[in-house]
Amino acid sequence: MDGLAHQVIAGIATGGIYASVALALVMIYQATHHVNFAQGEMATLSTFIAWSMVQAGMPYWVAFFGTVVVSFVIGVLVERILLRPVQNAPVLTHVGVFIGLLLIVGNLTGWVFGYTTKVFPTPFSSEKPIMGGLVSAHELGSTAVTLVVLTLVFLFFRYTSLGLAMRAAAYNPRSARLVGVRVGWMLALGWGLAAAIGAVAGMMVAPVVFLDPTMMLGILLYAFAGALLGGIDNPSGAVIGGFAVGVLENLAGAYVVGTELKLTVALAIIIGVLVVRPSGLFGRVVTSRV
Amino acid sequence: MTINRRALLTGTAAVLAAPAIAAAQEAPGVTATEIRIGSTNALSGPASSYSVISRCLTAMFKRLNDQGGIAGRQVNFIVYDDSYQPPRTLEQTRRLVEQDKVAFLFNQLGTPTNSAIHRYVNSRKVPHLFLATGADKWAQPKEYPWTIGWQPSYRTEAQIYAKYALEQKPAAKIGLLYQNDDFGKDYVNGVRDILGDRFDAVVKLVSHEATDATIDSQIVTLQSSGCDVLICGIIPRFAAQAIRKVFDIGWKPMMFMTNVSVSGSIVMQPAGVEKGIGLITSDYRKDQSDPSWADDAGMNEWRDFMRRYIPDGELGDNNYTYAYGAGSTMIQVLRQCGTNFSRDNIMKQATNIAPLEIGTLLPGVKVSTGPANYHPIRQMQLQRWDGKSWVRFGGVIEGANV
Amino acid sequence: MSENLVLPLSTASARPATSAWQRLAFVLAGVALAVLPLFLLESFHLFQLTMAVIMALAVLGLNIVSGYNGQISLGHGAFFAVGAYVTAILMSHLDWSFWATLAPSAAICGLVGYGVGFPALRLGGLYLALTTFSLAVAVPQILKHKAIEDWTGGVQGLFITKPEPPTWLPLAITADQWMYLVTVGIAAACFLLAWNLIRGRIGRALMATRDHPTAAEAMGMDTATLKTRAFATSAMITGIAGSLSAVAVEFVAPDSFTFGVSITLFVGMVVGGVASILGSLFGGLFVLFVPNIAEAISKAAPGVIYGIILIAFLFILPDGFAGLLRRIAAKLRGR
Repeated sequence: MDGLAHQVIAGIATGGIYASVALALVMIYQATHHVNFAQGEMATLSTFIAWSMVQAGMPYWVAFFGTVVVSFVIGVLVERILLRPVQNAPVLTHVGVFIGLLLIVGNLTGWVFGYTTKVFPTPFSSEKPIMGGLVSAHELGSTAVTLVVLTLVFLFFRYTSLGLAMRAAAYNPRSARLVGVRVGWMLALGWGLAAAIGAVAGMMVAPVVFLDPTMMLGILLYAFAGALLGGIDNPSGAVIGGFAVGVLENLAGAYVVGTELKLTVALAIIIGVLVVRPSGLFGRVVTSRV
Repeated sequence: MTINRRALLTGTAAVLAAPAIAAAQEAPGVTATEIRIGSTNALSGPASSYSVISRCLTAMFKRLNDQGGIAGRQVNFIVYDDSYQPPRTLEQTRRLVEQDKVAFLFNQLGTPTNSAIHRYVNSRKVPHLFLATGADKWAQPKEYPWTIGWQPSYRTEAQIYAKYALEQKPAAKIGLLYQNDDFGKDYVNGVRDILGDRFDAVVKLVSHEATDATIDSQIVTLQSSGCDVLICGIIPRFAAQAIRKVFDIGWKPMMFMTNVSVSGSIVMQPAGVEKGIGLITSDYRKDQSDPSWADDAGMNEWRDFMRRYIPDGELGDNNYTYAYGAGSTMIQVLRQCGTNFSRDNIMKQATNIAPLEIGTLLPGVKVSTGPANYHPIRQMQLQRWDGKSWVRFGGVIEGANV
Repeated sequence: MSENLVLPLSTASARPATSAWQRLAFVLAGVALAVLPLFLLESFHLFQLTMAVIMALAVLGLNIVSGYNGQISLGHGAFFAVGAYVTAILMSHLDWSFWATLAPSAAICGLVGYGVGFPALRLGGLYLALTTFSLAVAVPQILKHKAIEDWTGGVQGLFITKPEPPTWLPLAITADQWMYLVTVGIAAACFLLAWNLIRGRIGRALMATRDHPTAAEAMGMDTATLKTRAFATSAMITGIAGSLSAVAVEFVAPDSFTFGVSITLFVGMVVGGVASILGSLFGGLFVLFVPNIAEAISKAAPGVIYGIILIAFLFILPDGFAGLLRRIAAKLRGR
């Protein structure tokens, strides 16, 4: 195989990371019409919780599902305690609260769990190298997990009445309330589900990039870009967007401008695409009426 | 820990509030009962992993105070947060110098941050001692007589790698993977020093940003460009990734890793101990997770200190051993000052350290300074990972003899 | 948006006009308040205040585009950086005086802002947030790039010196005091200009474009031009603040302009009060002094405390400091 193929494969592997985090962003967006900038730090905190459980001797899958549940509860609590008081405030105030949350969670994680790089276990392993070592068994396994989560998110929004109620609550809270949707709890539920999906993403990412408090710092930007590129109201689009960002970034770095500007160029391309298709590649075009 | 520090600060406040105690001598930051020392570190933000350095130093000064202090005076070590932002470093340093009136500054973190105050402290003639950065530019006794670094420079380290690689493989094609900041660029400069005009022909440069998720793409690029030597100037999380990836894709270059990222417990175990076999570094510190130092007297002194003063500290974090070395050097300088803690004398003593052994440094590596020697540590030794620990080889290398 | 938003300034303009002597008194009080610290504060506190005024000016720039024109920007640190670097490069490579660099700095930042304004026409909300945030992330990397390293100093940055106090001054003052005067002078000029801009026809057009874009267009407003020009003006003001910060700190480096600066400016705008000129001043003070308060509370985790203070502040004053002022003003008038 030549270098180009290697770069594409490495890009897909890294793109899988962005895709998994992008799903959490889609979830929070669908449920609240906001993007939580602290999503990455919350996922890191969840991963540290899982790490503590594994350290305490729990089997991997117990720790995995335990963390998903704990993260869900944390997400609900964050919405109830931190977002509820400002629910009628302007959107920029919400962003301010997200930044506060980012500061709190980001600094708290290092303070509580320490700053050193930690090994996070993976349930997927293989004795012989796959594709010449370019892809690890874990990366294949975590891609499968991402696809499972994607399917669940899709089914949830498409076929359950809860999913429909949640979308309605985000889209038009007043009308939703009139038809009996408990808007407040829908928002809290959305936060919980997003935190749970973020936790899954964190636990899938950590074995690849290694666990430390700044693990998600850069990833969130890539995931955000991927989600918007694919269309933030479309879970499958966001996942494809995540993979696309991974590949695009590698190709730009390896063949176009060198590694020093690869992020810049990748972002410029994404913005260029968005200017042409403002709802993303697979997003639904919303026409607004006066 | 916090409570200790707070108690210390409250105590200080009480002293400050008391009607001005007649100063024993005309030295800023020094009274009959106290010596004030200032520092800045990233206590918040993405670089806050280094905050354990000032945590360790604070505990060391507490131990010193418990033992009676220096010349009957208690050390009051004031650390402010700069979040690793140069403008904030200037603000906090000015607070230390102009408001808290510290005697001198010690072990401030970072290259860009210290750059921002380099001229300020020298124009004010405030000793700016033993900085927590491996940049090369702190040793300029003529232009900046009040600033002195501590650890061997990254640039010297890179020179050692390039020289050794060329000795072993005269026709080497060198791949250089570095973080795109002042830390990583110093490795580029060091390799360039050795190769001179041949640099562009021999070296393939590949950078990464601290915000990158993985460096897989960079490793693939380097491998496909046909390099047989790989020098890495990258931080621990990426170092572990690099070691693992190079092994997994079956690439077998002669691989060098910056001594910032060679801890057994933080880098080698996460990467997989067997995947790093053959990795070369050049260090001046003992690695606390290396079994060969399990019963070492110097390391036991450090472990005892950790047990008593920072019981909840992560023993695997090598910022603690780093800080212990820097703190020991500082305490030696304070002892050398006798009873004269004027800024002139502090600087004179800091630049007049007779070869000093410190328990956390490798055997043969000594701290020494002189009026013309602003490189406290110039010695390092090559070592190779054998799957369990670091095995030293070759003699101790003097920075100047590279 | 279906609800009718009460424009913050529409109430203000409905107030009976203040008489000339009242306005003069206000101006004099403002001048006194600005000059007083010069004699009361030691040089360190004066330096802090100088930095706070610089941040306030940068927040004002952000407020023009995000607050008054409703285009979210998470990337104003980029304009701050460009302004600082233009000044630093002209001063260190070409030996220009600080004063001479202000015009090119504003012009270049304005051009960059104008350029960013174009994709912003097509992209709203989150997409614009991504675009601007990308700019904030990209700028430090571009500054480090080897193609322009000779000019920017690469990762090592550039050193410059702050302007010396002129000799014609009647009083001998220190460089810190002069820097403060320079900063306050320039900031005051920018604040006055912004105030004039906002309370006039253009300001109303900006806010109309924010609140009822379709209606604004139907009224014959050229919203596209308005939006791109708002971006340019905003970038210009933030860029001037960047120029001031370069000389106040006497050093620029890519690490001084990480995306954290953009976040800081955004926080300053939100706590000061969105779409408020006076609020920008408060925002500047907040982002400079509150981290120090957080640190005094806990050395172990100052970032956590800062986050808590920020959220608590937004709970109590969701409209920021300016919201509080408006409520007080409304009470006073209602009496």
